[in-house]
Amino acid sequence: MSDSTAAAGATISITVNGESFSLTGPATVASLIALRSPRPPFAVELNKTLVRRPQYDATTIREGDAVEIVTLVGGG
Amino acid sequence: MDPQPLTIGSQSFRSRLFVGTGKYETYELMRECLEASRCEVVTVAVRRERLFDAQNRSLLEFIDTSRYTILPNTAGCFTAEDAIRVARLGRDILEQLSNPGAAWVKLEVLHDKKTLLPDPVATLEATKELVKDGFQVLVYSSDDPAAACRLKEAGATSVMPAGSPIGSGQGILNPNAIRIILEMLKEGDADYPVIVDAGVGTASDVAIAMELGADGVLLNTGIAHAKNPVAMSRAMAQALDAGYLAHRAGRIPRKLYATASSPIEGTIVY
Repeated sequence: MSDSTAAAGATISITVNGESFSLTGPATVASLIALRSPRPPFAVELNKTLVRRPQYDATTIREGDAVEIVTLVGGG
Repeated sequence: MDPQPLTIGSQSFRSRLFVGTGKYETYELMRECLEASRCEVVTVAVRRERLFDAQNRSLLEFIDTSRYTILPNTAGCFTAEDAIRVARLGRDILEQLSNPGAAWVKLEVLHDKKTLLPDPVATLEATKELVKDGFQVLVYSSDDPAAACRLKEAGATSVMPAGSPIGSGQGILNPNAIRIILEMLKEGDADYPVIVDAGVGTASDVAIAMELGADGVLLNTGIAHAKNPVAMSRAMAQALDAGYLAHRAGRIPRKLYATASSPIEGTIVY
């Protein structure tokens, strides 16, 4: 396991939608989504790159990562 | 003179009015306005989750996604990079909804928060990148004909010049610029869609845009902040029909002096 991938049970500090968030490693986008349970439909970005649904399980979240979870709102 | 469908990229519409979903007092009112406007395309924004109303309801509970084409915007972006990110996020959501709007983006790359005018350089840069990424780009532009030409050349599916600044209600400030844009973008390509995108304050602004030869009008605040938004939605729809028909009917030229409507011959006055 690389330095940046958290060992099992370790706490990972990240930001989600600009706010600090902690979760227990090892973490993936799928496990973060399970914790946050955003209301569908939503889209996820990890460090400014879109993560598509089929990649949620395989995309590891590391210490210091920035995640955005977005949805559609009213706009012009 | 039956109305012709409006074709933009892969889609055709009977209605030429595109209506935004922002700034309504309630979601119920928004839904009623969309209905009254007879629009088939609605714009939405992409934002961080958990923006629900007081009753914890979300926008999409009030938009029939099987009926409306949802056009996701990149509003609030001030760099090409951010606009591209938002466009990709929006597409990902619309693909989950199986909405035809997934192919589209309403690209806005703004220069500053006070004018909300487009940054022409960053807008062009983002257009090129998104076209390369397979998007049909409907791009918000200023009313500068040169900027509009550059955006079309970059592969924009539709160029959408502003009548006046977003939400300003000033109407079509420079009709001559819009006319020149229409002439240049449609030269040898009559069906190229040009949508007037911003600044509409009332029904006559919509009629003027259509009389100039625009293919459609996109508006939001003009309806959402009217005293009676539902009545204004109807007015906008009727103005659009009137302006569209008037343009196709062909107006008389403007002349400096009068031309009598009644015959001069046979008058009893000498």
